Amino acid sequence: MTPVVQLDRVSVRYGRQAALRDVSAVFPPGAVGLLGPNGAGKSTMLKSLLGFIAPETGRMEVLGLDVKQSPLEIRARLGYMPESDAHIPGMNAVSFVAYCGELAGLPKADAMQRAHEVLYYVGLGEARYRNLDTYSTGMKQRIKLAQALVHDPDLLFLDEPTNGMDPRGRDEMLELVRDISRNKGINLILSSHLLPDVEYTCDHVVVLDKGTLAAQGPIASLKGHAGRVFELRVKGDKVPFMAALRAAGIECPAPDDEVMRLFVPEHTTSAVLFQLASAHGLQVRHLRASVPSLEDVFANAVSGAR
Amino acid sequence: MPIHDQGYRRYSGRRGLRGGAWWVIARATILSEMRQRRVIALLLLAWAPFLVRAVLIYAAANFQQASSVIGTTPQTFREFLDWQNVFVFFVTILIGAPLIADDRRANALQIYLAKPLTRVEYIVGKLAVLFAFLAFVTWVPAMLLVLLQVLFAGSLEFLTNNLFILPAITLFSLLQIFVSAFAMLALSSLSPSRRFVAMMYAGIIFFTSAMNTALSRITDSRSWAWISPNDTLDVLADAMFRLATPRAIPVPLAVGAIVVLVAGSMLVLERRVRGVEVVS
Repeated sequence: MTPVVQLDRVSVRYGRQAALRDVSAVFPPGAVGLLGPNGAGKSTMLKSLLGFIAPETGRMEVLGLDVKQSPLEIRARLGYMPESDAHIPGMNAVSFVAYCGELAGLPKADAMQRAHEVLYYVGLGEARYRNLDTYSTGMKQRIKLAQALVHDPDLLFLDEPTNGMDPRGRDEMLELVRDISRNKGINLILSSHLLPDVEYTCDHVVVLDKGTLAAQGPIASLKGHAGRVFELRVKGDKVPFMAALRAAGIECPAPDDEVMRLFVPEHTTSAVLFQLASAHGLQVRHLRASVPSLEDVFANAVSGAR
Repeated sequence: MPIHDQGYRRYSGRRGLRGGAWWVIARATILSEMRQRRVIALLLLAWAPFLVRAVLIYAAANFQQASSVIGTTPQTFREFLDWQNVFVFFVTILIGAPLIADDRRANALQIYLAKPLTRVEYIVGKLAVLFAFLAFVTWVPAMLLVLLQVLFAGSLEFLTNNLFILPAITLFSLLQIFVSAFAMLALSSLSPSRRFVAMMYAGIIFFTSAMNTALSRITDSRSWAWISPNDTLDVLADAMFRLATPRAIPVPLAVGAIVVLVAGSMLVLERRVRGVEVVS
């Protein structure tokens, strides 16, 4: 499969601040999640691929075209849904989307026809003559998707598409994203820090952390590898115990609550956990084998990168 | 079964040639401005001096006594354009201030620049808007006045004796338009607030003019005219219309000052019109 996006040792800096450091990544066709905590470099990567930011070093290809040499050809085949609220003031939805279509090179009549179609598709059909300034946050997210779709791109960049949406709107947006990639034949890169969003819509992930590549590959294989996952709750001082776990090759990200999620190597048994707990004078209150989730992949990748 | 599928469909139609996005931007913005009553009102008001001048030209051409007092000379057209400068100021503020400022406020730059258009096309599209409206209050009425003079006089005598007047009107109008449009666009790219941009523009015009006046009085020299865009344009206008008035500064210096102003504006636009804002 020819990748839709490829980065080869790309570094981007904002002044002294390195936003991407020597990142090499491959985005296969279909839906790919671009994961990472805030400030990991996800938006910077998308903006570099759009040609907004010139990388200090490295080479980037989108749809087989070099970003540096063919930015306009790439942008003609690409739709971008920015993270922040973005529209053109004073326009109603249908004028705005048609205008974006014309800017992308569609003839005026075709742009207008597609604007109506796309607005119905994203669920704004009834509100298409309303001024954009009166739209709610959720509607603004949908209009951003509509303007990215109007010229029928081959690839979509969606930067945090569910930001600020209520649960129902979020579900509808995720359904749209899923439909676009699975039924409409449009490749997409979904940048998000929300793991469930990515897990629901994407088949592959690229995980960034602090500007570096932490992991990449199909979600299924990333979840499947690296042994087993255990949920563990202990009573006592956890700090030396966690250090001992790490020394024994067991990944142990800092827990958000009492329960720790441990990534145990393939040939290590749960008995090791009891032995280590006993050696540190801790009571094991709960131990259960768990199913690896994308959250584990993410936590594992991010802690591994550190 | 639905009669018309309102779902998403792939597009297989024609796609336009690159390089035309500036026209899409200009056309949409001009149409949007023309829907505003205050813009229409200002444009109509800007043509009031034209009507007055047309009447005067008619009177001068048809009444012998009047021609000695209000006879048409090249200075008539110079004075007309000078008077139109007031409307150039207001049109620039009303239409120019929001051109980029509103896009910055609504984060629209990243929408524009994610489309297959260059930053130059975006700027040219915005410039074309100001160009169209400013030409409508300067070059168009001035050229119509020349035409009316010929029609009312019933001869080409005035025009053949003053052939330089057509290039003078065109050149000076272009200069007025370019200086105002570039300066305003540069200011508009600096802030997301159209009001602030309007105030900055007015402040610069009035402040530089006041500075010129003050420094001229203090130093008893008119050589400070270059610090005021309007006073610099006056020098160039006098030269173009071949008026024998003493120049405040040499023409090359005036040209240099205008070139520096336009180049500075272009530099600001180059730095500010970007898909991403880098805060250091």
